[in-house]
Amino acid sequence: MKYSKLILFILLSGSVLHMMSCKPKGASGAVATGSAEKAYVAPGKYDEFYNFVSGGFSGQMSVYGLPSGRLFRVIPVFSVDPEKGYGYSEETKPMLMTSGGFVPWDDLHHVSFSQTNGEIDGRWAFGNGNNTPRVARIDLKTFRTSEILELPNSAGNHSSPFITENSEYIVAGTRFSVPVGNNTDVPIASYKQNFKGTISFISVGKEGELDIAFQLLLPGVNFDLSRAGKGPSNGWFFFSCYNSEQANTLLEVNASQRDKDFILAVNWKKAEEYLKAGKGTKQQVRYAHNKYNEQTHTATSQIKTEVTVLDPAILKDICYFIPCPKSPHGCDTDPTGEYIVGSGKLAALIPVFSFSKIQKAIADKTYDGDFGGIPVIKYEAALYGEVKKPGLGPLHTEFDANGNAYTSFFVSSEIVKWNIKDLKVLDRVPTYYSIGHLSIPGGDTKKPYGKYVVAYNKITKDRYLPTGPELTQSAQIFDISGDKMQLILDFPTIGEPHYAGSMPADLIKKNSLKIYKIDENKHAYVAKGEKETKVVREGNKVHIYGTAIRSHFAPDNIEGIKVGDEVYFHITNLEQDWDVPHGFAIKGAPTAELLIMPGETQTLKWIPEKPGMYPIYCTDFCSALHQEMQGYVRVSPAGSNVPLSFSLGKQGAAAADTTKPAGK
Amino acid sequence: MKKILIALSLSLVALFYSCGGNSAESKNETTSEQTTTPADNGNPSYDPERGAGKFTHVEVKPELDKAMADAGVNVYDVKCASCHKLTDEKLVGPGWKGVTARNKPEWIMNFITNPDEMLSKDPKAMAQLELCLVRMPNQNLTDDDARNVYEFMRKNDGVK
Repeated sequence: MKYSKLILFILLSGSVLHMMSCKPKGASGAVATGSAEKAYVAPGKYDEFYNFVSGGFSGQMSVYGLPSGRLFRVIPVFSVDPEKGYGYSEETKPMLMTSGGFVPWDDLHHVSFSQTNGEIDGRWAFGNGNNTPRVARIDLKTFRTSEILELPNSAGNHSSPFITENSEYIVAGTRFSVPVGNNTDVPIASYKQNFKGTISFISVGKEGELDIAFQLLLPGVNFDLSRAGKGPSNGWFFFSCYNSEQANTLLEVNASQRDKDFILAVNWKKAEEYLKAGKGTKQQVRYAHNKYNEQTHTATSQIKTEVTVLDPAILKDICYFIPCPKSPHGCDTDPTGEYIVGSGKLAALIPVFSFSKIQKAIADKTYDGDFGGIPVIKYEAALYGEVKKPGLGPLHTEFDANGNAYTSFFVSSEIVKWNIKDLKVLDRVPTYYSIGHLSIPGGDTKKPYGKYVVAYNKITKDRYLPTGPELTQSAQIFDISGDKMQLILDFPTIGEPHYAGSMPADLIKKNSLKIYKIDENKHAYVAKGEKETKVVREGNKVHIYGTAIRSHFAPDNIEGIKVGDEVYFHITNLEQDWDVPHGFAIKGAPTAELLIMPGETQTLKWIPEKPGMYPIYCTDFCSALHQEMQGYVRVSPAGSNVPLSFSLGKQGAAAADTTKPAGK
Repeated sequence: MKKILIALSLSLVALFYSCGGNSAESKNETTSEQTTTPADNGNPSYDPERGAGKFTHVEVKPELDKAMADAGVNVYDVKCASCHKLTDEKLVGPGWKGVTARNKPEWIMNFITNPDEMLSKDPKAMAQLELCLVRMPNQNLTDDDARNVYEFMRKNDGVK
């Protein structure tokens, strides 16, 4: 910690000097040189790109516009979101179920997009849950989480959810190796004998449905990041890993002993052959698979119990290790698919590997022994070349369409642009401060759109008005259309941004869903019109089939609820116009609101604990008479004989016989 | 409120452009200047009997088309009944009794399929908004839905 503060101090003072001593490079420079105009998108005008940013420990994914940096939406993925009722409504609770029950939080690090022929196709985004291993699929028509799949035999799903060039698979490599199989109650110190790393290949179906096709059982190391091959290297996947020392304590020191760790090259087409030939072993496991149904507006959670495991130590020609200097982190393939860039967190150079040389080394068996039964290719035999003295602590690399690479450097807090062919450094810019990931629209695909590189920074320190001990993280946009990178904007982010991706707005904006058609609503408790509204008691369960429209609920007076009842408010929004959600809240209910889109039905469960008069109201401003959109629910003591009744628009009538509290 | 602003500025940006004072509308639906200053004031081509929208001529037979009226009642139940009674009593919007006598079929079908534009430029629609103070939502009726609803309105008005 002290060390990092020292570094920060050096960086700060360094960058101040830097800014004073030469032409403007900082934010003030951006304003002074007029480059801020490049980030200006006039009110009412659209951004050119959607930018999907991981929310880190918020568990969510946020959507910004590029180049304006305007925040449009926070998509709840792995964490509950009371604002949207996500994880609180009966319909969305199953989305957060796992084999260990309801888990309301996670840590979302990376995003990827569905691809066709190596290009972003705008159908889905994916995110990884780092803590309780999961992957999620987000539908880009609705900007909602459609599916979450838990991963067995995994612990810390970090190397995920990177994708193949025709969306055949997204992958999930475990950060923590763990004991796998029936006997998991073993001493931690038996790491080398008992701990295994797994990589899951998750198939993506035509409608996006996720399924674990197979898992690779690998030596106990930490899998970190990964990228699919593309073009000539399609059919391969590359994973960085660290802790080849196989340490189980003080990894900061003990996992930094060796000069080189590994990049794992996986021939997944070969793995498919073995799978087809029945060479996998079925393993009994438990993991949850959660899907949201757009017709019923309801999620279901199913526990699956089997996974097929392939052992690359026995099944040859699937996996090869390639030595990579100093705890590699980023592992990025360039748009041509020929070059794989490794980034050692503690290295002072960037190795660039050549796919064709790797193929030749495999053909010639130019190996340097094996690791855990998997051949290790000789470093020089796989190496295209090294970028010398690029900076300190390279992390991640993205690409433009002109043969250039952009690498983030955490320790020296900068982005360095270099040419892939001649490995020469072309430009460098400071970031404020301590950049982690960086992202270029399409910069991980065959077709980078270039134009901008966005830095995602871990520390903002003095960049914004102070907000107490906890400060925001930030993103910084650099124009890369010229030879020199130019800072044009920085903006705060939600949670901690790790990887992010951007795509042209035209790919998805035309498909954006505006309403749910009420005729197509197949929710089990829908009320299609006020004629169908009703309140039904089944034992101690009370189902309210309610509706909302500008600006009243039907029914809005309900009596005959008793303490201890399980009350379900199923509210259907009857609106059929864009951007007219209604909210629903009830006083004291220990849950969140509902936020119901036009044509949608959502359910709030409530178990009243005390008799009383409970107001309900609409929480999302809907019309001039929004404030009138309210009602009452009367809760009587358990055992009271107040009859169940409900109404709308009945003024002071029919209530004479129930004005006295009953049951006393 | 923010959402209304956004919706209005998206869909009506052209209108606001031609009539700056109208932005008050999104702030407060009860102010009168916005409802008494039609955007198309002075536009001689605007036919207030027809309204603004895609329907220029609606074929209506003297007798009731029962099948259409039956289809119309289903649309009414789901998409209209929350706010409109079949009597002349006002609920959120006006009751439907007599609506086909007060308005031409083109006007009704344009209004129920194109309420945003109508509420911002059509004198009759704007006058009605002053009474109801809730902008009629666009319920995304298909052309057939609209025609069927109109036939149901006729039935409600006694056409046999």
